[in-house]
Amino acid sequence: MRTKTLALVAVIVGLHLVLLFAGFFAPYDAASQNRDQPYAPPTRLHFINASGFHLRPFVYAWTANTSSNQPGAYSETRSVEYPLHFFVRGSSYKLVGIYETSLHLFGVDEPGRIFLWGTDGYGRDEFSRVLYGGQISVAAGITATLIALLLGCILGVIAGYYGRWVDESLMGVTELFLSLPWLYFLLGLRAFLPLHLSAIETFFLLTGVIGMIGWARPARLIRGLVLSLRSRNYVLAARGFGASDFYVLRRHILPETFGLLLTQAALLVPRYIAAEVMLSFFGLGVTEPIPSWGNMLGALQQYSILVSYAWLLAPAGALVVTSVLYSSLADVFHSRLESSLT
Amino acid sequence: MIYVGQRLLRAILLLAGVSALCFLFTEMAPGSFFDEMRLNPQISPETISALRAHYGLDQPLAVRYGRWMKSALHADFGYSIAYNMPVAPLLWKRTQNTLLLTTTALLLTWFISVPLGVWTANWREGLLDKTVTLASSFVISVPELVIAVAVLAVAVRWRLAPIGGMTSTDFDGLSEWTKLQDLTRHLALPVLILAVCESAVIVRHIRASMVEALDAPYVHAARGFGIRRARLLFRHALSAAANPAISLLGFSLAGLLSGSLLVEVVCGWPGLGPLILEATLSRDLYLVIGGIMFSALFMVGGNLVADVMLLAFDPRIRREGTNAD
Repeated sequence: MRTKTLALVAVIVGLHLVLLFAGFFAPYDAASQNRDQPYAPPTRLHFINASGFHLRPFVYAWTANTSSNQPGAYSETRSVEYPLHFFVRGSSYKLVGIYETSLHLFGVDEPGRIFLWGTDGYGRDEFSRVLYGGQISVAAGITATLIALLLGCILGVIAGYYGRWVDESLMGVTELFLSLPWLYFLLGLRAFLPLHLSAIETFFLLTGVIGMIGWARPARLIRGLVLSLRSRNYVLAARGFGASDFYVLRRHILPETFGLLLTQAALLVPRYIAAEVMLSFFGLGVTEPIPSWGNMLGALQQYSILVSYAWLLAPAGALVVTSVLYSSLADVFHSRLESSLT
Repeated sequence: MIYVGQRLLRAILLLAGVSALCFLFTEMAPGSFFDEMRLNPQISPETISALRAHYGLDQPLAVRYGRWMKSALHADFGYSIAYNMPVAPLLWKRTQNTLLLTTTALLLTWFISVPLGVWTANWREGLLDKTVTLASSFVISVPELVIAVAVLAVAVRWRLAPIGGMTSTDFDGLSEWTKLQDLTRHLALPVLILAVCESAVIVRHIRASMVEALDAPYVHAARGFGIRRARLLFRHALSAAANPAISLLGFSLAGLLSGSLLVEVVCGWPGLGPLILEATLSRDLYLVIGGIMFSALFMVGGNLVADVMLLAFDPRIRREGTNAD
């Protein structure tokens, strides 16, 4: 059980590191286009050519079939081989937004191209875009979770600790928020905010909106916990010795809510990633040219694209992997919380 | 009766709260429908302020809210700027489609989850139980959008069901029977997506409450008396497990409504969802508020129905109600 948990945590940390260092793992820039290769299928890695087996894989260039009307019909040009190299110099980028470098994990020599997961309608590398888009989507999910938990924690503690009319009015408001169909509410809230904004503004607006809708559930749970903690003997004793509210909260109440907050965080992050994806999918969130899993999937709203180019579902796959990982983590946290309470 | 009255009062308060919240947000919002017009040099500022006055947008918040409240009580939810017609009939037409979709999905959901929940609780740790647990936890953790897109991709790829709209283009020329068939085929995909997503949640709850009921002493006693398995399951355990399941019904309606917005947009079902999305994109204020109010109304209504059903099914609550007298 322990090794399983450790492995899970390692995989999750690994995923986030890959997204954080997207520039290094992605062979190309998220915005660099290859207009002559729209909807190119994933590049095939070859090991065998006329001279036999090679340990170092190589790729061929895609050539568009000009005879076919539909973009996306490609064949391999077998005349030139482009061997795959590791730790190559490519387009320059800023690692984690600070350190400027041009080192990439893998790549092929110019003019060859390697599209691990194919390209989109502008000939942009889908693999690189999934990594860069993941940065935005996952960061949005985490930020929104932090906002929701912070709001929920503050209001929940206040409601649970002070009780009486404070509790009743605050819980009335949470019921209001919980009883709304949240997606309608999310759209509505988004409707009241300006449509066209800079990327940074959109990001914080989006996470703010999601967090503002989501605080109610954690607030409720924390309120319940604080309510039961408040009447524990050690809390009563501390107050009997004349401890201030602030001291009791900081010393006895807040540390106890940590497990609950962690579990909630693991539950909420994938949900809010999905919320960002949904809003961007609808064209209300992060917009081009900045990639996010949501606006990448938005292209699939055209059924013809959805059917013809299956590799464009890659962001959906990434989303599934992230969600499943996070919910397994939430399960682990939850069972720990249960066992610590009993 | 007191119980129902309390619930009703609560529902009305909730709706009032929702509408107040909406208006508060409109006040805080920076942009407006007329922003694009203002950029147009051919439209004079006077025209715009006249338009604002015409739609009553120049009044202070409290006045606007009071007016809106008054007319909302007469089933008039304001005026859509983009469609240039009252909001209520616009919403009502789409609402019928959404209701058709969600109620069908709700029925299918319960049709799937009740037998599955009972079965898996009865044969715990069996093959079906393990499969259902695994599948449901997967479906719960995967975002609905992904499920919708995946189902859609499969359906479009192999032409399993028609997509987009409610009816085929030649719908008006069809006979009654083929009309129904046509509608059913268009309904199939969105209902399937919704029901799959929702069943995953409901099955777990039903299984959990059935397990609890089956482990209760009176069920053991009933078994000791030699009551048949089927009767034990459906007459004794299920009726005891019904209470949490019925309160779930209200909740599942909420999930279905939010889910249906997404599914409607993805599948092109002409319900409330696409309308609200359009209104959001064009910043058609009263339409958005009306849409939120309608959806909140359904949720509150659904919860109310669940409460009344609980009252009918659960003698314990009925007794509490009379005690409160």
